[in-house]
Amino acid sequence: MKIFVYIDHFKGEAQATSWEALGLAKSFGATTALVFGSSVDDVAKAALEYGADDVLVADDPALLDFRAETYASTLSAIASSRTPDLILFPTTTRTREFAAMSAVDLNTNVITDATAVEVNGDSIVVTRPIYEGKLFEKVTASAKPQLITLRGRAFPKPEKTAGKTGTITKVEAKTDALTTVEGYSVADVGVSLNDAGVIVSGGRGVSNNPSLQPPAGLDDKQAEIWRAHQGFKLVGELASTLGGAVGASRAAVDGGYIPYSNQVGQTGKVVAPDLYIACGISGAIQHLAGIRSAKMVVAINKDPDAPIFKVARYGVVGDLFQIVPALTEAFKKKLGK
Amino acid sequence: MKIIACIKQVPDSEAKIKAENGQINTGDAPLVINPFDEYAVEGALQQREAVSGSTVTALCIGPESAKEALKHALAMGADDAILVSDPALNDLDTVGAARVLAAAIQKVGGVDMVVFGRQTLDNGSGLTSAQTARALGWSLLGLAGQIKVDTLSESKGEERSVSVERVIEEGRQSVKANLPAVISVVQSIGEPRYPSFMGIRKASKAEIPVWSLSDLGIAAPDAIITRSELMNPPARDTSVEIISGESAAEIADKLADKLIAEKVL
Ligand SMILES: Cc1cc2nc3c(=O)[nH]c(=O)nc-3n(C[C@H](O)[C@H](O)[C@H](O)COP(=O)(O)OP(=O)(O)OC[C@H]3O[C@@H](n4cnc5c(N)ncnc54)[C@H](O)[C@@H]3O)c2cc1C
Ligand SMILES: Nc1ncnc2c1ncn2[C@@H]1O[C@H](COP(=O)(O)O)[C@@H](O)[C@H]1O
Repeated sequence: MKIFVYIDHFKGEAQATSWEALGLAKSFGATTALVFGSSVDDVAKAALEYGADDVLVADDPALLDFRAETYASTLSAIASSRTPDLILFPTTTRTREFAAMSAVDLNTNVITDATAVEVNGDSIVVTRPIYEGKLFEKVTASAKPQLITLRGRAFPKPEKTAGKTGTITKVEAKTDALTTVEGYSVADVGVSLNDAGVIVSGGRGVSNNPSLQPPAGLDDKQAEIWRAHQGFKLVGELASTLGGAVGASRAAVDGGYIPYSNQVGQTGKVVAPDLYIACGISGAIQHLAGIRSAKMVVAINKDPDAPIFKVARYGVVGDLFQIVPALTEAFKKKLGK
Repeated sequence: MKIIACIKQVPDSEAKIKAENGQINTGDAPLVINPFDEYAVEGALQQREAVSGSTVTALCIGPESAKEALKHALAMGADDAILVSDPALNDLDTVGAARVLAAAIQKVGGVDMVVFGRQTLDNGSGLTSAQTARALGWSLLGLAGQIKVDTLSESKGEERSVSVERVIEEGRQSVKANLPAVISVVQSIGEPRYPSFMGIRKASKAEIPVWSLSDLGIAAPDAIITRSELMNPPARDTSVEIISGESAAEIADKLADKLIAEKVL
């Protein structure tokens, strides 16, 4: 079987799930990594170190900014001429869009969010969640190439072999575009929610500390947001002590406490950390839809009847403004930081 | 502008859903408009308000019962609705849906903008918008948290353009394209408006046209992806251990020890 793995990156920073995809591909056979962008030698070299046998690089200034149509056309051209059986992708906002388009060009389709992939001879069976993870289905595609996007942290990350080399071949970039990228405002996201082993999330409760005195001159809404920022500071300190990412409930996002890109849940991100610590989050079904794949949930909430305790392994009934900083201190001591 | 909002009907997100004898059992869950597609309707209505003389048509592929989801869009304020329904469309995958939607959009004719939700709750792949754009040969502005149509250029005889703020993992990206364009929206577009009393009355009386595949002049697309098995997720240990103590420090100390022992760090 001929296997390609697309390495997704943002400005040269690869998504860890790309390496997980390489690891999976290698368990099936010889693997070619695909890297698109402008001046992406470092990404190509990293792909070799994470196990790719060789790399195809479409390197062109026109590919500097991701655009679904140029990336799709580049991929479709490669797939048409080199006829892989299987192309694996990490599931990201970018791969969903351009793999989707390429599937139209190639008369195939994409299977998204794979949590398991079995190869038996010529047949490939993929397991994926449906109905917000309430069910799983096994699916197969009847057309080639099979395009599969992998859910983050569903497959082990391979070891990196520093200095491992291989052939890097340039391929043509397709640069006809319909859209123009005008700019970015890149958030300082720290550890990405997709890749995080630990996520500490805050909900509406992070604004609930009446004893904090906001600076003079703020109206009620501004005072609430100011309080929430003090709460999220504590959440962020715990997250960074554990090397983790910061998440949020929708109430916290709608309240203007934190950007939408941090939202976990049905209309936010679906995450799969080893540890998810929910602070001041009630545990609405739409929030839980985002954390079904978390290995362990810990809840810190004032209300002993909050539904979040029903999915938690450990719980603390108490004020997050006291418990969260105490927990940060305890971990700093015990983990020697 | 002629705007289309693509919507699907799905079981309510509060539904308890189980796999039973290889079938999906949704219990007595009501069927509702896909929650993400309420944002699509909202985004479309915002653009109708931004550019005078615009109309919004809600478009859905589904069984006869999906007219209820279209009526929700009408009650929110859509001008009219179209249901594409055909017994041959029961096993559509996303490429199939995209080809059918593209044919319907072409049959409507003169469309400037098609707004999609981010993904469906049932199948949840988030592919259809990009695939419809590709099938039409139009640009895709995906995951828009904000849409701004350039209204000035038209007077100069230029093509009308649209800019969106995409919400991506790393922050926001602003992207521009000429119309016609396919746009998918996320929650930041704004809370979907509630159906008004007038809207509900209008929707209840609306006659929704039903188009079959022969009306669209296409054959049923072959399903490329087929399901071989359905499974319930593994049951999880739901017993919670409440950690208590005399002080926050004591509780934190105990909890930290437990988590270190569990090797989840
Ligand atoms: C279509 C749809 C999609 C949705 N998508 C999402 C989604 O993607 N993600 C999401 O999260 N929600 C989503 N929701 C919203 C969801 O239903 C809830 O409204 C939301 O999750 C509530 O957020 P919360 O738990 O932070 O707030 P609340 O429900 O208000 O809970 C706050 C909690 O904080 C606790 N608390 C207060 N003060 C303190 C304190 N000082 N210390 C400790 N605990 C404290 C309270 O006891 C309470 O349990 C969606 C809803 C709909 C209808
Ligand atoms: N049957 C359908 N009828 C109309 N629009 C649909 C249909 N299925 C999907 N869509 C649109 O495509 C989006 C993405 O769906 P999906 O790719 O299935 O996750 C949805 O949010 C809808 O806007």
